[in-house]
Amino acid sequence: MVVFEDVALGFAENEVLRGVSFRLARGETKALFGVAGSGKSLILKLVMGLIRPDAGRILVLGHDISQMREEDLFKLRGKIGMVFQESALFDSLTVRENVAYRLMEEHGIYDEEIDRRVREALRFVELERTLDLDPAELSGGMRRRVAIARAVITQPELLLYDSPTGGLDPVTSNTIIELIVKQRDVNKTSALLVTHRLQDAFTMATHQFDTQTNRMLVLPPGQHCAVPMSFLILRDGKVIFDGDLSALTQSQDEYIREYIS
Amino acid sequence: MELTSPTYFAKVKVQTVQDYILFCVHAVANLFRKPFYFTDMLRQADAIGVGSLPIVVLTGFFTGAVLALQASNTLERFGSLSLVGQLVSASMVRELGPVLTSLMVAGRNSSGMASELGSMMVTEQIDAMRALGTDPMKKLVTPRVVATVFMLFFLAIVSDLVGLAGGGLVAKVLLHLDSRQYWSNAWQTLIFQDVFMGLIKPVLFGFIIATIGCFYGMNARGGTQGVGRATTQAMVASSVLILVLDFFVTRFLMAVLSYR
Repeated sequence: MVVFEDVALGFAENEVLRGVSFRLARGETKALFGVAGSGKSLILKLVMGLIRPDAGRILVLGHDISQMREEDLFKLRGKIGMVFQESALFDSLTVRENVAYRLMEEHGIYDEEIDRRVREALRFVELERTLDLDPAELSGGMRRRVAIARAVITQPELLLYDSPTGGLDPVTSNTIIELIVKQRDVNKTSALLVTHRLQDAFTMATHQFDTQTNRMLVLPPGQHCAVPMSFLILRDGKVIFDGDLSALTQSQDEYIREYIS
Repeated sequence: MELTSPTYFAKVKVQTVQDYILFCVHAVANLFRKPFYFTDMLRQADAIGVGSLPIVVLTGFFTGAVLALQASNTLERFGSLSLVGQLVSASMVRELGPVLTSLMVAGRNSSGMASELGSMMVTEQIDAMRALGTDPMKKLVTPRVVATVFMLFFLAIVSDLVGLAGGGLVAKVLLHLDSRQYWSNAWQTLIFQDVFMGLIKPVLFGFIIATIGCFYGMNARGGTQGVGRATTQAMVASSVLILVLDFFVTRFLMAVLSYR
């Protein structure tokens, strides 16, 4: 799904990523950790082709995007959804227009079809009643949920979440994580998730979405969720850990132990 | 305060000019590449053209009026007060109409574009747009450039007309000149070269206003402070460029059009 091969990226004299390599399999969800400024968000922007690496190779959905033209990247981005750090909803558009943006840009899709899919996406994030509101009228948590609806409306093959719970209270954060787990378990979408909150990733690894009750339920001890979930930790521009929950908790690395404690 | 080396300073300036030229080329090239955003162009034309109309009318009217008033003082000494119409007409159509209109629109719209696009830049809305498969240059920049060029052309004509009307009012009410004589003089003094010069300038200035505003907006960095900086820079750069370009365009057209 996504392959990073020795990717390097820097700005001026500051080298942020120094030979980052990892692999995201189809259906897998990978949580990226690291201290502020370690380049987590940059990895998502590199996957989306919003910035280009200085060195190395990036394969996304089988395409080498390192040298791809912007025009070709636009087509590829149609298969990827991204939730930005501060939601990045368009201020001048309503919630409906924000969520429908990609469909409206595609042209040739009837208004009735757009309306149906927008309602479906907003129902997924339980915000159907905000259809005609402006983003400025929404709370921080609601904006994140609209951003998720905008990202999932075209049922992308890959989802990128950039600190989706950053700056939110614990209850709202939990709602957002529940939505991400719902998307993961119901639609089996591969995802890269950047977060500062370790507990969010642990919740994702230890819970599964139950379509019967429409809620996220905790898995019995020792049982893992059906969808592969892994963790990647960055330090000084390099990957120092890439593995699953049990490998993470059993790691003897001093930095990692301190990080997860 | 940190000191910058002259070499670094020069490199940054050259780089900025180079980036601006590439930005302009990209904005113009998009006119020939699908998709075309006609609705956005119309929306921008409304915001720039109709929105700027009141200030353009006011500026044009009072500029024409004060021009007539100032000219009367000098012309009266030579016993040529009746030539007020000629002077107002030539000055407004060739120079003041296009330049003052452009400066007004630059103050209102170049800074507006820089702050709007700058805010979108720092809140990642531009990145979101690219992530959603839309080229921000096509969607945001090209419609603004087309709309500004198109609307400034007509705004300059409006400014010329109301400027002449302002001058006419002063000529009649304060200078007690015959209205018919004023308008007849104003009309007859204009030649093709005057009108051509007066109409080519707003097209060039409109391009400067929109591209400078969008360029600074799309390159805004560093949160709200960066947006503020981009807004000021756009306003200053577009105003200065209009005045500098005005001199060279006038000189060039006077040579090319074998001006009297």
